[in-house]
Amino acid sequence: MMGRTLIINGSRFFVLIATQVFLLKNFGYYNLSVPYLYILFILLLPFGIPNFLLFFLAFITGLTVDIFYDTLGLNAIACTVMAFVRIVFISVTVQRDGFDNEPEPSPGIMGFRWFAFYSTILTLFHHLFLFSFEVFRFSELGFTLLRALLSSCFTVFLILITEFAFFHKKTR
Amino acid sequence: MRNLWLFISKHNAFFLLVFFFTISLIIFMSNNSFQRASVWNSSNQLVGKAYERANEFRSYLSLAKTNDSLAAENARLRNQFKTSFYDESIQKVIVKDSIFKRQYSYIVAKVINNSVHQKNNYLTINRGSKHGIRKGMGVTASSGVVGIVLNVSENFSTIRSLLHSETKISASVDGNIGSLIWGEGNFDSRFAILKDIQSHLVIKRGTRVVSSEFSLFPPGTNIGYATESETRDPNNALNIRVKLDTDYAKLQYVYVIINLLAEEQLSLEAQNKVE
Repeated sequence: MMGRTLIINGSRFFVLIATQVFLLKNFGYYNLSVPYLYILFILLLPFGIPNFLLFFLAFITGLTVDIFYDTLGLNAIACTVMAFVRIVFISVTVQRDGFDNEPEPSPGIMGFRWFAFYSTILTLFHHLFLFSFEVFRFSELGFTLLRALLSSCFTVFLILITEFAFFHKKTR
Repeated sequence: MRNLWLFISKHNAFFLLVFFFTISLIIFMSNNSFQRASVWNSSNQLVGKAYERANEFRSYLSLAKTNDSLAAENARLRNQFKTSFYDESIQKVIVKDSIFKRQYSYIVAKVINNSVHQKNNYLTINRGSKHGIRKGMGVTASSGVVGIVLNVSENFSTIRSLLHSETKISASVDGNIGSLIWGEGNFDSRFAILKDIQSHLVIKRGTRVVSSEFSLFPPGTNIGYATESETRDPNNALNIRVKLDTDYAKLQYVYVIINLLAEEQLSLEAQNKVE
């Protein structure tokens, strides 16, 4: 079971990063709404993952995207924050016991409403940090918030679409 | 020590956040020049503001001392009033403009000798070659054209006033160019004659007469206004009597016009003669 999780997450990593840097990088609505679908990888990591590994994977994921985006460290910051929010969110809303064979936070297992809420919160945090660190000053706060909000809408939309399109089979 | 480890492992998520956040922040700062620059800028601003405040406070404390020193300086300067000195300094009125290249600059001069009742009138001003005045430069007053620099010594210049039988100034009325002269039966210092205007034109009384593009003066410098016109010439040109704006009898300060592009123009025109 451990090997299967590893393969699934590994291939997911490559597919999502490739989609992000080769396809979605060219998307966007006037720099106002930019999708960052690759965070789905961090969203879907299994519940049982150790905190250190989660942080490390989030950091590496962000850094990989940064290398392609030429913004070294920016996505890494956002992903690190997002990993922390993920830990807090899961510890608040999910009972740790009662899981078998490393389930993951997908809508098939946790239900659509929980997953929508979960992805919205995490995406919001990720984008908020991403855009505010990208601008790096307070003078354009309103515009930055607007960008983060609109981009979050786009990203969440893409995440839900992707979940329905590709990962529906695992529904039990 | 053990309690510390317990505390850290209990809240490991937070400490991991701090750890990874710091690493990414360091990478971010050291690789993105804009963010690095803005961090240093904002801290510099803080330091600068702090110094500014401190300095403000300090200067307020020393107000009395400053007052004393200013009063002493005033007294010292009063002793140096230069009514008895020859004024060496020149005031150049300079217009700064980044769009246009400046063509004219002005030197202020005081009229120290003047005449209006001769056949050929001259002025003397207290500026000379030392101050950059050369023969042939135009001279105006605030009200309009005055004349042309005739001779220059070190500290003084003489000006052939408009009220001189040999002074001819290219002037235009309604865009029609003629030459402005004085004398020829007109020895009134308030009037001049604008010659060689085509006779079919009707020039209304009161039309402005200004210097033309071809004159020494900046185009559009005031000269006066037309009062009456007559055709007295054998070649049928129109002569216009011009009421001068400048009251030559009361001239006090004049401006010598330095045409910065004159040399270039003259050297170009000199080439025409060679061929």
